[in-house]
Amino acid sequence: MKRIDWIPPALLLAIVLGALAMIGSPSTWVTLTVAGLAMGLLIFIMASGLTLVFGLMDVMNFAHGLFIAIGAYVAASTIRLFAGAAGADSFLANLGAIVPAMLAAAAAAGLLGLAFERIIIKPVYGQHLKQILITTGGMIVAEQLIHVFWGPDLLPLPRPATLRGSFLVGDVAIEKFRLIAVVVGLAVFAAMLLLLNRTKIGLLIRAGVENKEMVEAMGYRIRRLFVGVFVAGSALAGLGGALWGMYQESVTVHIGASMMVLIFIVIIIGGLGSIGGCFAGALLVGLVANYVGFLAPKIALGSNILLMVLVLLWRPQGLYPVSKQ
Amino acid sequence: MAESLLTLSGVHTHIGHYHILQGVDLVVPRGELTMLLGRNGAGKTTALRTILGLWRASAGTIRFESGNIAQRDTPAIANLGIAYVPESMGIFAGLTVRENLVLAARRGPPDEKRLDWIFRFFPPMKKFWQLPAGLLSGGQKQMLSISRAIIEPRKLVLIDEPTKGLAPAIINNLIEAFAELKQTDTTILMVEQNFHAAKSLGDSVAVMDAGRIVHAGRMADLAADAALQTRLLGLSLEAHQ
Ligand SMILES: Nc1ncnc2c1ncn2[C@@H]1O[C@H](COP(=O)(O)OP(=O)(O)O)[C@@H](O)[C@H]1O
Ligand SMILES: [Mg+2]
Repeated sequence: MKRIDWIPPALLLAIVLGALAMIGSPSTWVTLTVAGLAMGLLIFIMASGLTLVFGLMDVMNFAHGLFIAIGAYVAASTIRLFAGAAGADSFLANLGAIVPAMLAAAAAAGLLGLAFERIIIKPVYGQHLKQILITTGGMIVAEQLIHVFWGPDLLPLPRPATLRGSFLVGDVAIEKFRLIAVVVGLAVFAAMLLLLNRTKIGLLIRAGVENKEMVEAMGYRIRRLFVGVFVAGSALAGLGGALWGMYQESVTVHIGASMMVLIFIVIIIGGLGSIGGCFAGALLVGLVANYVGFLAPKIALGSNILLMVLVLLWRPQGLYPVSKQ
Repeated sequence: MAESLLTLSGVHTHIGHYHILQGVDLVVPRGELTMLLGRNGAGKTTALRTILGLWRASAGTIRFESGNIAQRDTPAIANLGIAYVPESMGIFAGLTVRENLVLAARRGPPDEKRLDWIFRFFPPMKKFWQLPAGLLSGGQKQMLSISRAIIEPRKLVLIDEPTKGLAPAIINNLIEAFAELKQTDTTILMVEQNFHAAKSLGDSVAVMDAGRIVHAGRMADLAADAALQTRLLGLSLEAHQ
């Protein structure tokens, strides 16, 4: 008998239905809605780790985009390795290329996250200004290292044949790859809910976000928990980067940094440290960006900021505030 | 008098630039309930937090059983069998009553018999088992915080002002529960401003002032000596009687 705050989901539903009324054409509306959900879920995958990292240890990691970039680059290299499967004209064979690419991206980003936590983050626990400076610096160094490994030029990341183009259902066009993003995003969210609600580690993470001192006073080492969350969050960012790179069919070193503004908006809208809030905030940002881009392209650029301002005026702690002590 | 379970000798604690504990000497006898009294700002909370390693002592020793725990970290100290009920109660508001207790039970799932025992003096814990703890009333939150501390047999329980801000009926309920807890061989160190509660529960007593222990003895002796009470505790306690 968990008490769930249904107002944010109701708001999302109202926006989706309101958009139908304003757009008029149902087929356009379906296309935009699927695009918005896919974008939202991709952002959720990339942002979920960052919100927990902040919630657990008050750590501001401005280099989170690095894990997104590494994920995209490793995915590009892996798909090249699996060129046979990627070039085949069968969906299953293509999956045989992109699944290893996503796994390799997550593993590489997770490993990098482990090293990053040890070398960069650990010395600056509790010092926000230093965290901002050193993680921003770490990001610059890492971007240069990416140049050394992969070169400075745009790296193509061609999507396998069967994942291009759209399904046509009646007169509604749904891009195939967006469906894949939706499926992966929902799977990640479901797995995360199970972990957080059904396992002791999940309980500890939720408890630690609220009051880490009390968790330690009960005899648990919050640092180990934090390292685990940091690595998992980095791996998810890598997975998100792989998907995002495949969606754009190319990778540059700025792929991560360019997502960070949206990611910060999402975790602030959601409520820092809240996974449910991150999910709702990501869907909100994804949907609104697509609807506004269609209805009022002139204000599309500022719409996310406007959305954040409106949400914070309504709920200053975000959609799902985490009670902190 | 029973042998000592916990002994602080010359403990100093600094918080930032402030010198808060200035040489605390305190003996907590095994199996007893020791009351730590003293006016607001005397350093009682700081003393409990220093024992648990939430503040690091800058000098002195804290002997628990046979080892010095003064420089160990909080999880290690807690795992020696020391539980904490902080002044703020420290419940996890977004977790259910059940989840709060599951986390507090370190050795596996909470023991059924122990739970029944707790439910007997804190019935709301059973009633609101699946409710997020943030929705409990103030008194029920305090019950949960105490239940967490005793969900497993502990050697020492540190309790900071458990009756603060609660209604008299609930305070009496808590006093009964502590009386029951005293029947087990749990050692308790409790800070309490309510002298009625302190008097009825305490075996031994220590009074703090300005970061030092200024009196230590048997609670019964202090309870019988009105002049001593006035001198040590002043008006701050009388106002609560
Ligand atoms: N986090 C802190 N930072 C600075 N001073 C503190 C802090 N916590 C407590 N103090 C100071 O330490 C002294 C003792 O506080 P405390 O131990 O909470 O007293 P008590 O519990 O007896 O009321 C007070 O003067 C208080 O202002
Ligand atoms: Mg206090």
